[in-house]
Order: sequence, then structure tokens, then C-alpha cells
Amino acid sequence: MAKQPDIELVSLTKRYGETVAVDSIGLRIPAGSYCCLLGPSGCGKTTTLRMIAGHEEVSEGDIILGSENITVLPPAARGTAMMFQSYALFPHLDCTDNVAFSLKMRGVDKETRRARAVEMLKRVHMDAYAGRLPAQLSGGQQQRVALARALITDPQVLLLDEPLSALDPFLRIRMREELKSLQTRLGISFIHVTHSQDEAMALADLVVVMNGGRIEQAAPPREVFNRPASAFVAKFIGGHNVLPAAVARAGVGEGPFVAIRADRMSVRPGSSGEAGVTSLQGVTRSVEYLGSTVQVGIDVTGLETLSATLSEARFDASPVRPGEPVILSWRPEDVHVLGR
Amino acid sequence: MNRVKSWVTYLQVAPLALVFLLFLIVPIATIVVVSFFDYNTTQIIPAFLLQNYEELLLSPVTWRTYQQTIQFALITWALTLGIGFTVAYFVAFHVRSPTMQTVLFLICTIPFWTSNVIRMISWIPFLGRHGLANTTLMNLGLINQPLEFLLYSDFSVVLAYVHLYTLFMVVPIFNSMMRIDRSLLEAARDAGATGWQTLVNVILPLCKPGIAIGSIFVVTIVMGDFVTVRMMSGGLSASVGLMMANAMSLLQYPAAAANAVVLLLLVLFIVAAMMRLVDIRKEL
Repeated sequence: MAKQPDIELVSLTKRYGETVAVDSIGLRIPAGSYCCLLGPSGCGKTTTLRMIAGHEEVSEGDIILGSENITVLPPAARGTAMMFQSYALFPHLDCTDNVAFSLKMRGVDKETRRARAVEMLKRVHMDAYAGRLPAQLSGGQQQRVALARALITDPQVLLLDEPLSALDPFLRIRMREELKSLQTRLGISFIHVTHSQDEAMALADLVVVMNGGRIEQAAPPREVFNRPASAFVAKFIGGHNVLPAAVARAGVGEGPFVAIRADRMSVRPGSSGEAGVTSLQGVTRSVEYLGSTVQVGIDVTGLETLSATLSEARFDASPVRPGEPVILSWRPEDVHVLGR
Repeated sequence: MNRVKSWVTYLQVAPLALVFLLFLIVPIATIVVVSFFDYNTTQIIPAFLLQNYEELLLSPVTWRTYQQTIQFALITWALTLGIGFTVAYFVAFHVRSPTMQTVLFLICTIPFWTSNVIRMISWIPFLGRHGLANTTLMNLGLINQPLEFLLYSDFSVVLAYVHLYTLFMVVPIFNSMMRIDRSLLEAARDAGATGWQTLVNVILPLCKPGIAIGSIFVVTIVMGDFVTVRMMSGGLSASVGLMMANAMSLLQYPAAAANAVVLLLLVLFIVAAMMRLVDIRKEL
């Protein structure tokens, strides 16, 4: 396999008039990695992807692929290929012609390009549907055709704009696995935009959490989950309780907030007076049975609703009911001090 | 599930069926019946004769007139298609703001604020021998004597047709274009297509239904027209519609009816051919 290039964003900025959509971000995505741009809608993740693809003009900064500056190159000359959110298959062309489209644009003759398209369709297990129009395919099948169309140009980087959002939940998880195994097989970089933290956690080698046009944290998923860089990251990826440092009494002066994983919390029935250094007094707000775990929501005066994720066995050992006073506690080593 | 009683369904269909029966089936049936009648200078006589069709189809004048009409239709179709597609493309893809699109679209309809006849007549002072066009060209020294072909010629007939009917081409094509998902254009660009390649390989095929609908409008109108030809050719050109109008002015209703039936069949054939080429149901 040829040496694949790294991709680097250097103080990349996008302005629409007065509004700054992407605010001078810097990021290095190592070759052959699966990178997820994660964030709420309007955080600039799609704009960033579209700038890398060449469908959005860059206001300032550079995009470097390997040793080449591709900032102002047209989309097809960059070595990137994009898979669009709604797949954007050409409705008047059958699967083969859709996949062969970019070859046709380059003037490859009909026999060759159709043969290569069918070969590419085989790779995504769609060769049986080669003669069908996009409207005759299911969402998952359309996605595979779109993948084949993007991959036929042998891109060095594949850009995916919310590729799974149009699928039903069951299919989403299956296509997720397929995307990951395809990326591993091809060995090229995938940059995948999503607003689902599950998707990012499951797929990514590198999770880039964005907010308000800036990167909050860029790290492997385990690091993002265990050591979120900011209160925003801890809240957005979920599974964390964010507390003012003073409340948790763990602040070493580093930051105003701390995060504690919800599955490291303990809950037992109890009333005031018992609260210690690493515990809080609260009232159970909700108890949700989720199968292997139980999610307990707890109201503590002066704080947002906190949650504790308990295994079924731990919950059964000291069950609580909504409306009951409880003691919420944690171990000091589970307190993670947030930078911001 | 409750099945609706069949008479209820018939009742629901009845009003529209009645309208079609009264205003479409009955008149056409009358024309077909009359086309077989006999006539003399003062009256039409119920009969079943093929004579009207014989006289019509064996006359070289008929063939020449049909040829002329088809020629008008073809030239007008090609010009309105070219202009209509360009205008629709500009408004749909080059104009970004929806407000501006609406404004430009309304501007396209301005010619329709006055009647057909007035719009045609307004060309006459412009194109005439001492009209605006000739005077200007002569003052500029581009020509020495007035251009005769500007008015009362095939040129002026086609010019009027294009002026009158281009909007019928613009509207359906614009409609088709607005339905094209903009991400398809980006996908084409991503695949390395140039602007021209995108136009030919993506936009044009997806506009086919709009083009077909516009073509049906323009071709059927031009094929049946007689006012424009009479006014703009000054009686020098003929058309099938004009032929019928002349027959009617001589009270030769059965002859006109036979001609109408032939024209109807021809136009239906043209429309059927277009529908075979393009599936317009997607657009409706």
C-alpha cells in the first residue's frame, strides 16, 4: 500500500459576513485514521468538512494534504472524495453509471468505466443491483452505492457528511461496522461528521469535539471520555456529572468545574447529616431501568440534575425510589478536574 | 376498513366527468360528425361523405400549408427552447436569493399583462418599413434602404411566436430545475465535472420532463394558431388555422371540420411521440 498522507488544518477560518462559522482551528489527522468531527448543530463541523472537500471557500488558513497545500484546488484535484448527507445519487442514472460518473467526466471510455464501476459495486456488495435506479434502492443500499461512487477515484481521504443520519437505528449500527471495516481495509483516512457521540465513540481513532466554531478537544475516544478537556465536552459526550469544583471539594485551583463519570457514582437511601467530603445530599427524581444498568436522576439543591448509572446488582443492593432522600457519593480518585 | 359503496364513487367522479363530456367530448364529436357532412354555398346538409377529406388531402395547397405550419412550429420550438432554457437556468442557478428569483420570475410574466393581439400589434410600428428598427439602422449608416423582411414575413411571424410563447417554455423548465437537489451539482463537481459537463450530464437530463411539457405547450399552440400568422405576415404566409378560418368565413363548415380533425390527429401524434420520449408524470 502506498504511503498515505497526513492531513493538516492550519488556523482554518470561515466567515459568512460578520459571523464566524469556523474560528481559526488547527488539527493534524494522521494518515489512515478514522476521524470524527463531533458537535451540536451549528458548531462548524460540516463547514470544516466542506472546506476540506473544496465545496466551501476558505476565508483564512490552509489545508495541507501530505506535502501539498490544497486550500484553493478544485474538489476533484485534491485527492479527497465526499459522500453527501443525502447521498446525492444522480436520480436519472443507474448504479453503474452513478459509480462511473467521475470516470466519464475524465473521458474514460464506456467499456472500461462500466467494468471498473461494476468491480467497485462488488466491493460494497451491490453488484446485484447494478442496473437499478437510486429510487429503487433502500437507504442502506443507496449509501453503499454512494460509497462506491466516492471511492472509485481512489481518494486519499474520504469525507463523510453525517452518513448514517438518514438510516433507521438498526441499519445505522450495521452500516457503522461496515464503514469501520472498509476504512481498515482501504487504509485511507476517513473524516466523518456526526452529532452522535455514540457514533464517534464507536468509530473514531480521533474524536474532534467542536463547539462554536472552535475545537474543544481532539483526542482518542477513551481519552475524551475519561479526561474531557472542558465542561462542554463532558456534558456533550454524556455519561458525566459536571459539578462546580467547590461543591466537589476537589478543586486544586486548576479550574472551576470537575467531572465525575456517572457510572462511578454510588447512591444509597439516607438523609441529611450523613453527607461527607465526597458526597452530596439529594432527592431521587427518576429511576430508569435500562436492562443491564439502572439510571438514577437526582436533584441536589443549587445544582443541575445529576445522574448515576448503576449496575442492576448494585442498584438492587440499596434500591431507591423517586421522591426519596438519597446520599450520592464518589471516590476522590474519580474526580476529573476540567480545564475550563 | 370500510369499502365505500360504488355509487358514492361514481357520484364523486360525476361533476368532472360531466364537465369533460359537455366541454370536450361533445364539441369534438360534433366536429367529427360535421366533417362528414355535405354543404353548398348556403347550407350544410347532414350526410356521410368522405368528399371533404378527399378534397383536403388531395390538394397540394393543404400539403404546402401543413408544411409551412410545421416549419413555423419547429423553428419556434427550437428558439423558445433555447431562450427558455437559458432564462430558466439563469434564474434557477445563478440567482441566489429567493426574493430575487421571484422578482425576476414576475418580470418574465409582464408581457402577459396585455392581450396577445396588442402585443403583436406593438411590433408593427417597430418593424415597419419606416419603423423604429429600420430608421435606427439607417441613421447609424448600417443599411442604405429599409429592410423589407422585418415585417409581414416569416421572420416577423416567428418573432411574434417567440415573444408570445417563450414563457410557456420558461415556466416548466424552471420548475424542473428548482426540483434538482443542489447537492447533486456539488456531487458532480466533486466527481470532477466542469460546469458544462454538469449541465449536459446532470441538469439537462433532469429537466427533460419540463422541456417536454414546455414543448407540448408551444407546439400545440403554434400548430393551431391563425391570428399571429394573419397579423404578422400581412396575409403573405398561410397556416392550417388560417385555412380553417377562411373556410369558415365562406360557410364551408364541413371542410373546416375535416381539416380540424386532421390537425387534431397530427397534434395528438406529436404529443404522443413526445410522451414516449419523456416520462412527464414525474413532474405532475
